[in-house]
Amino acid sequence: MAETITIEVARYRPEEEGEPALQSYEVPLNKDWVVLDALNHIKDHVDGSLSFRWSCRMGVCGSCGMTVNGEPKLTCATFLSHYAPGPIRVEPLKNFPVVRDLVIEMTDFLEKLQSVKPWIVRKDDPAPAKGEFLQTPEQLDEFKQFSMCINCMICYAACPVYGLDPQFVGPAAIALAQRYNLDSRDQGEQERLDVLSQHEGIWGCTFVGECTEVCPKNVDPAGAIQQYKLAATKDWFKSFLMPWSKQ
Amino acid sequence: MKPPVAYRQYHPKWHRTRVSTFWWSRKWSYLKFMLRELSSVFVAFYVVILLLQLHALRGGPDAYQGFQDWLRNPLLVILNGISFLFVLFHAVTWFNLTPKAMAVRLRGKRLPDVLVAAPNYVAWLAVSALVVFLLTRQG
Ligand code: SF4
Ligand code: FES
Repeated sequence: MAETITIEVARYRPEEEGEPALQSYEVPLNKDWVVLDALNHIKDHVDGSLSFRWSCRMGVCGSCGMTVNGEPKLTCATFLSHYAPGPIRVEPLKNFPVVRDLVIEMTDFLEKLQSVKPWIVRKDDPAPAKGEFLQTPEQLDEFKQFSMCINCMICYAACPVYGLDPQFVGPAAIALAQRYNLDSRDQGEQERLDVLSQHEGIWGCTFVGECTEVCPKNVDPAGAIQQYKLAATKDWFKSFLMPWSKQ
Repeated sequence: MKPPVAYRQYHPKWHRTRVSTFWWSRKWSYLKFMLRELSSVFVAFYVVILLLQLHALRGGPDAYQGFQDWLRNPLLVILNGISFLFVLFHAVTWFNLTPKAMAVRLRGKRLPDVLVAAPNYVAWLAVSALVVFLLTRQG
């Protein structure tokens, strides 16, 4: 018989149980299988009632984030063999309410994302006369790293500040705000600062730095937040020392 | 930020886990963060010692001698030793975090992290060397 590995999945069916409980499954330990493949195997062949989110299977859509052996991971990029001989424990992302099994409620994140205006804000006419705003490769390079975010919320699951204070805007939303601030085509910096200079914004961050460690896309939200703080402080000093130089 | 959708506030079927008070004890990186935060207490302790020292200095040679005797108290020596380790930890962790907070660019390219952190250490060494020089000169 082929090798197998035990997966303990956190099940939560609100109509049946008041608390999440672990359920164990044996799945084939295929070399090229990721945790998501194992979950799909369970769903297709063992227990069709298991609920979880996924879509692209290739680290692009950001919907398959779960807690694997205590760490927040993209399950489509986390190999079973890495955890052999097992068991592997799969739980929903931490710091979010659980709707069912491995499915978390993410409206809070989406609202926060929206609040920082993650799009190009223009004060003048939105479209330039000749079709598009031009940008040099150097200008693109300024923000490119922060634009790689796939909204997987893994950084939120790793962030103790968000866990303790759900009002905190959180790593990815601030990194994306910074992404647009650094974009040469954008003019919305002040509008974003109005939201993010509040206590629940950049100053809520105590620089634990775990968001950057866990980010599967190398976005470095912790860096983005500290750079934001620096920019906001400079801005404050400038308006304090030279109140006449209003932008 | 207020959630615009009111009905979400009451949702008995969602399961919420409370963050344990000891969340920081589960993982080395969290613990390191807590130690870094804690280290500021010891930095403050150093400042207090320094202020007391200045106060004693103003009080004349006798007061200063008394202060030095007080410092020899084994309890204080131990406390100072522990503070020293924490202050070292404080300095090193913050120095290493500078490249995160400052994206220094040179001719369009972002400088590697080591180069951004290095000036901190150079300045530290220079100041330490100066202190050693001043101390040994007195002989
Ligand atoms: S910053 Fe990284 S971890 Fe956070 S949502 Fe974006 S891709 Fe995911
Ligand atoms: S399924 Fe799309 S990121 Fe994993």
